[in-house]
Amino acid sequence: MVKKIFGQIYIWLILLLMYLPVLVLIAFSFTEATNVGEWSGFTFDLYPALFQDDAIMRALGNTILVAFISALVATLLGTLGAVGTFYSKKRTKKLIEGTTQISIVNAEIVIAFSLTVMFVFLGTYVFKDYIFSFWTLLIGHVVLALPFVYTSVKPKLQQMDPSMYEAALDLGAKPSTALTKVVLPEILPGILSGFLLSITLSLDDFIITAFTRGSGLLSGAGKIETLSTLVQAKIKKGPIPVEMRALTTIIFLLVVTGVIVISIYRNKKENAAKVRKGRVNA
Amino acid sequence: MSKKTSGVNRNFFHFQRKYLAFPYAVFLILFVIIPILIIVFYAFTAEEIRPDGSIVTVFPRVESFVNFFSNWSKINVLFVSIFIALQTTLLCLLIGYPLAYFLADKKVNKNAVLVTLFVAPMWINFVLRTGATRDLLTWMNINGGNAPYLATLIGMVQNYLPFVILPLYTTMLKLDKSQIEAAADLGANPVQVFFKSILPQSVPGIVSACTMTFMPTMSSYVISDTLSEGKITLFGNYINLEFSNKAWNDGSFMALIMLAIIGISMLLTSNTGEKEESRGAGLW
Repeated sequence: MVKKIFGQIYIWLILLLMYLPVLVLIAFSFTEATNVGEWSGFTFDLYPALFQDDAIMRALGNTILVAFISALVATLLGTLGAVGTFYSKKRTKKLIEGTTQISIVNAEIVIAFSLTVMFVFLGTYVFKDYIFSFWTLLIGHVVLALPFVYTSVKPKLQQMDPSMYEAALDLGAKPSTALTKVVLPEILPGILSGFLLSITLSLDDFIITAFTRGSGLLSGAGKIETLSTLVQAKIKKGPIPVEMRALTTIIFLLVVTGVIVISIYRNKKENAAKVRKGRVNA
Repeated sequence: MSKKTSGVNRNFFHFQRKYLAFPYAVFLILFVIIPILIIVFYAFTAEEIRPDGSIVTVFPRVESFVNFFSNWSKINVLFVSIFIALQTTLLCLLIGYPLAYFLADKKVNKNAVLVTLFVAPMWINFVLRTGATRDLLTWMNINGGNAPYLATLIGMVQNYLPFVILPLYTTMLKLDKSQIEAAADLGANPVQVFFKSILPQSVPGIVSACTMTFMPTMSSYVISDTLSEGKITLFGNYINLEFSNKAWNDGSFMALIMLAIIGISMLLTSNTGEKEESRGAGLW
């Protein structure tokens, strides 16, 4: 009993401490004072101001675009890679898995720096031009996400019943049909979680973005500004800009909604599993 | 007859399925392997100005090597980074271990949503989170001006705690409950139960939690930059500085050192895993 009470207090206390900075920021999104801790009267004005702030809106657009495009590319490449490697010879498999492992454990700053040096090298000796653009940024984000897509899809392939594919072939399905109708549905959950993970990694990334970005997307001729780089530039000079407090509230609400949706989905799945079990027992 | 054709078919297709990995392999070679080779190359080259004024790149040269090891401030930064990374990892473990234990204990917590909540901060933008922590700490009068070290440490722990909780929680779920109960039944006191049964069982989780915090702490420069207001320089800050100065050779050498540390820590952790196995085998 004591353990239960102590455990619960501990859990909620740490949870509170983890969310405290964000919660404080949210509380102060209803006042216009520059510094957190100062209160100059209750107002909703920061919310409309947020949507009128071109720089923030552009950065938000860039962030979402980069996240979706890089996640799509990484998911496609990573899934194909996982399927292909699964059916490869042992030696090829070992080589590919080893390289995947390297990019998982590699520090973000080493990935960023090595890519940048390569782009500089290519720019100086091959293209004879400055090559940093949306494409170099995209490559950076795909490198970041790719190994995680691979590792989400791989276990689903291992769990799959290998005779299903053979059965499909024996029943007259073309190999391509067998792949899309038999293998694909089996590994779909892995592909989906890989995609979501890629989006998360890309949205959250700062270092690779700061190193590999060039001009393009909504930023036009200027360097691509994402939410991370924009916030970093601002907080270097002073407190978080007031409009961004309103943005924090919105992001927080989205995250909470996400958590609720996930838990509902999980409960449903668990209940379904229970029902199935019950039937088997009956 | 039908068996033969299906055999041919399968062979033909086997060939194709395997080659689905081709774009993936090419991408890894182009953007993971070659960049690493290029920083190895750059780490051991130097730029030289010819008498006619043109700049040429010369290989092999040891300038970056000498620049690094003759510069006390750089070596100092390396040790400070390792020290802060160790401290962050230790603090995260101290906070995260009991937390994961309670979260996985059905008697304390029946709610799986809580675990998701602990990981959810990762979905709020990392730089924004760091800024929020800085603003809150400034309000509490812990800032880069009066306590840069403390502020940095708080920011680090705050940011990397989810990375510790997840692997620890996963191992805690797999704890052998009957072994723990048996130990208690056989007369071990709670402290003995913890050190002889729970802790050894959770070593894999601890190891992966350590690797997930140690390296990012060393290489991240945003947290130390923001929270200490530039007063604490970590290895990541220095690499970033070389990037802004376009000092590709020196930067490459430092990135290479970083890679070496990653390699060493991977080697160390894989050794721990093996030891665990042999220890388990020795028991029987």
